[in-house]
Amino acid sequence: MPMQAHEIETLIKTAFPDAVVTIEDLRGDGDHYSCMVVTPAFAGKTRVQQHQMVYKALGGRMGGELHALALQTKAP
Amino acid sequence: MLEDRIKERIGHNIASDDVVLFMKGTPVFPQCGFSAAVVGVLSHLGIKFSGVNVLDDDEIREGIKAYSDWPTIPQLYVKGEFIGGCDIIREMYETGELMEMLNTHGIDVNPQPMQA
Repeated sequence: MPMQAHEIETLIKTAFPDAVVTIEDLRGDGDHYSCMVVTPAFAGKTRVQQHQMVYKALGGRMGGELHALALQTKAP
Repeated sequence: MLEDRIKERIGHNIASDDVVLFMKGTPVFPQCGFSAAVVGVLSHLGIKFSGVNVLDDDEIREGIKAYSDWPTIPQLYVKGEFIGGCDIIREMYETGELMEMLNTHGIDVNPQPMQA
């Protein structure tokens, strides 16, 4: 069951209310997304930690129903 | 919860080489675009690495995700340290950080000329 871009955005925004989230549906198939997340919450974290924070916000969907999400993260 | 026995097997895999890539398929025949992308980066930098094919081993396939608290494959380890998945490796490659990190860890890097 593919996820809609706005569902992904909502989950991330719920975890990081001040995040700027940019999502692109790469193939228009609701299954391959690229996602950029910029939030002060990432300050001082490694890239691995930043990605782990986003994966946690997605509540275990990454690697499951959300199989292809190219993720880029940074602090503003 | 990751069983000690599986944890030990994964630890053994990670320690088997300086650069270890947990991937779908083999370095010669990757079976997933994300794994292929990381193999491409490592090959382009001329880095000697060992691949662990998670498709051959369900225990490792699920175990490695718990081990690193990382939900996807591929996963790259350098001298026992988890470096990241496909997105992070690609980004680090583009910014030059990957090269820098490998140098810091004393890994031989021999960038190959671009294939036509």
